[in-house]
Amino acid sequence: MTLIKTKHNRRSFLKVSSLAGGGMVLGFSWLAGCKPEGTAEAVEAIIMPDNWYDVNAFLKIGNNGVVTIMSPNPEIGQNVKTAMPMIVAEELDVDWKNVIVEQAGLNTESFSRQLAGGSQSIRQGWKSLRMAGATARRMLMEAAAKEWEVDVAELTTASGVITHEGSGRSIGYGEIASSAAGIEVPEEVELKDPKDFKIIGVPTKNVDGKKIATGQPLFGLDYQQEGMLIAMIEHPPAFGMTLKSMDAEAAKAMPGIVDIFTIDTYPEDVEKQWSDTSAFSELVAIVGNTTWEVLKAKKALKLEWEGKDAIENTSTIDQELEKRLLAAADDPARSRKDGDPEAAFRDAAQVIERTYSGPFLAHNTMEPMNFFAHVTADHAELVGPIQTPEFMRKTAAARLGLPEEKVSIMMTRMGGGFGRRLYGHFGIEAAAISQKINAPVKLIYTREDDMTQGTYRPTYKVTYRAALDADNNLIGFHVKGTGAPESPVFNNRFPAGTVDNYLAENNSRESNISTGAWRAPRSNFIAFAEQSFLDEVAEAAGKDPIDFRLGLFDRAISDPVGDSNDYDPERYAGVLKLVKEKAGWGQDKPGVHRGVSAYFCHNSYVAQVVDVVMEGDKPKIEKVWCAVDCGIVVNPEGALNQIEGGIVDGIGHALYSNMTFKDGKPEQNNFDKYRLIRHSEAPKEIEVFFVENGVDPTGLGEPSLPPVAAALANALARATGERLYSQPFVGTQQVLG
Amino acid sequence: MAIYNLKINGKTQEIDVAPDTPVLWVLRDHAKLTGTKYGCGIGQCGACTIHIDGTAMRSCSLPVSSVGDKAITTIEGLSEAGDHPLQEAWVEHDVPQCGYCQAGQIMNAASLLKNNPSPSDADIDAAMNGNICRCGTYLRIKSAIKTASQKMG
Ligand code: FES
Ligand code: FES
Repeated sequence: MTLIKTKHNRRSFLKVSSLAGGGMVLGFSWLAGCKPEGTAEAVEAIIMPDNWYDVNAFLKIGNNGVVTIMSPNPEIGQNVKTAMPMIVAEELDVDWKNVIVEQAGLNTESFSRQLAGGSQSIRQGWKSLRMAGATARRMLMEAAAKEWEVDVAELTTASGVITHEGSGRSIGYGEIASSAAGIEVPEEVELKDPKDFKIIGVPTKNVDGKKIATGQPLFGLDYQQEGMLIAMIEHPPAFGMTLKSMDAEAAKAMPGIVDIFTIDTYPEDVEKQWSDTSAFSELVAIVGNTTWEVLKAKKALKLEWEGKDAIENTSTIDQELEKRLLAAADDPARSRKDGDPEAAFRDAAQVIERTYSGPFLAHNTMEPMNFFAHVTADHAELVGPIQTPEFMRKTAAARLGLPEEKVSIMMTRMGGGFGRRLYGHFGIEAAAISQKINAPVKLIYTREDDMTQGTYRPTYKVTYRAALDADNNLIGFHVKGTGAPESPVFNNRFPAGTVDNYLAENNSRESNISTGAWRAPRSNFIAFAEQSFLDEVAEAAGKDPIDFRLGLFDRAISDPVGDSNDYDPERYAGVLKLVKEKAGWGQDKPGVHRGVSAYFCHNSYVAQVVDVVMEGDKPKIEKVWCAVDCGIVVNPEGALNQIEGGIVDGIGHALYSNMTFKDGKPEQNNFDKYRLIRHSEAPKEIEVFFVENGVDPTGLGEPSLPPVAAALANALARATGERLYSQPFVGTQQVLG
Repeated sequence: MAIYNLKINGKTQEIDVAPDTPVLWVLRDHAKLTGTKYGCGIGQCGACTIHIDGTAMRSCSLPVSSVGDKAITTIEGLSEAGDHPLQEAWVEHDVPQCGYCQAGQIMNAASLLKNNPSPSDADIDAAMNGNICRCGTYLRIKSAIKTASQKMG
């Protein structure tokens, strides 16, 4: 049993009131008392709200016993709208079938960290969600105890019913809820022992599953309001360009067109938030009655653009990044050095050196960027798919000249996020257009607009060097990363801590091509490079690739080098051992080529084995074996779906996806030129194994993606005899068709 | 502009639009049926899949003028109570992640099963390859199609 405090600095996390018509409402802070430990990653992934302890979400118990739980976090397909309420319901001790989940709007008064990103929703909400459920349960019990005049310790609960065994009395939560609203919030509540969990750990279907399968309007693009106009934008065709002149006469005269004008999304006096990444501030807005009419007018515009800034080519960026790999590190403060790496490499019996590269990538959420805005003289209503509503509201208020409390934001379900909807410029654009035209508008990006005005995954390069002594021990390790605009290297990640002589350094290059977080930032590339490299080092050392890695973890467990390593070597080794056992690693299967990889990011550990067979010169992925340690698995059904999705996504991007720029212009603008993985290319089978260790849960939206590219590359190397060093594998290298 | 009497999900609707308007936008903007999704506009992603006389078509690339009196079926009209075996299998297999591509996937799969009630894995791959899912739900889609196929068969 765990006791948890419901107060911090004398402020309660909870507020109770009665529900009109009978019942109780418990307001609570999702984040109460669970400030994340200050890992570099946590701090980076989340911009913390100033005030942690404002009462926030709601749990309503109606007098009919139906429980409504508001899900405050944006739903981008990561299934928090199901998993977060499951945690509340567990501690409340109700049947899941009596729970209704509602999506909350943006309400910073009440919620904290209403943000989806960094696979953090579950990890950070865990304690406060449990506390909310447990507190409500406790108050209901106290209310019943008072009514029956018995000691609350004699009461038990199950499935939303309170029972007093001594007298044989029982009462449903709904019947006592109104009295519970008058009970004082307890200072401390008791949490369940995880072994008594009845909802957490049970595969539970997506709460919106049926609505999705029947085509209900859930997404931003589906949102409509009476009198709403449709808006589209035209942005410069190339990064570094701005509008020179516009001739919109013919387009304005086209049927259904209301107006065409330019907007400056971010004038200089508007304070931008970190989430306002956008390469193009000045845009042409086309507003009309229907989508097709607006699209036709957009095509009829005569626009001239001019270069105002650097005009970039991917080929030049590539060459410059290669030079940077050979130059000195840019900032010694961003390096890590243990022991004497120079000496280790000088004295080595064998040095292995390899360079890996990865391209810019677009997010390509299936639902393109869009937002609804209705701005009047004293109020702005914004509705749409956004991962960072709190920041959008700040900027929208500044841009529109309204106080923040006059800007409301409602989040819709999102047709994918992957990081793209952290950057809400499209909401600000919609607001600026609505204000100018004085009407409600829905701004829609075409796929072309979406793909060519991205916050792309940066392009990366990294060189690894390993020094082996005469007995094939790893005595020195060197990693140097570069990228535009950031290096992918995490100085304190594995294999840091396992080698006496270690050097991690960086040298990155600016670019005006806008970039941002893309599913598992940096890890999405560096895991491929690191785990491919270690495979080659193991081979050079004549060791089995899993045993070689386990040997390194042994070192990090028994005698770690340095004290800032950011992973737990036992958990890391744990997933490798699990996948080794489950996949029957080491047993030869004729015609099957296997590769292994393991990676830690977003607080979870994943190890994978990929089995490839060659059909002619085409590889077919027979099976992916995947071991995961994410602590307690809240919803195994949703967790499996996330893991499978991450694997398919990771394989697809490693094999096919590539965003290139010529004269500042994106060379891919739709799915005929930008290749995404399709049905026939997905693995035939994925099997997932969870480590059961009872530790607090961590996220799953990202961690299964990073390692899979390396497991695939390592399997392909065995199948074809050729190692892969650059992504995408298909197209840049000839080994694969 | 021109007047079209379109048969959408069993009901005839009069719609006044330009002849080159894709059925996708007629459905979404005029008929207010937003289950059919926009993903690429060029026939590459399958998000906009509907049935024309029972056969899967990409509504983004289909001008309204070409429909005539053929029956248009959208995800909203695939079944009356949302209980087409595929829709049920989708829920049972918990297929959706973000869910955006799924209406198109289901409509395409429904057309596949109509022509080929018990498709092999290869048949499913071939028929479904035009439907992209960025969330990577392909394996579950395949399982759900098989479940529905068994139920229907
Ligand atoms: S929107 Fe029609 S195929 Fe993509
Ligand atoms: S479920 Fe998100 S695109 Fe398919």
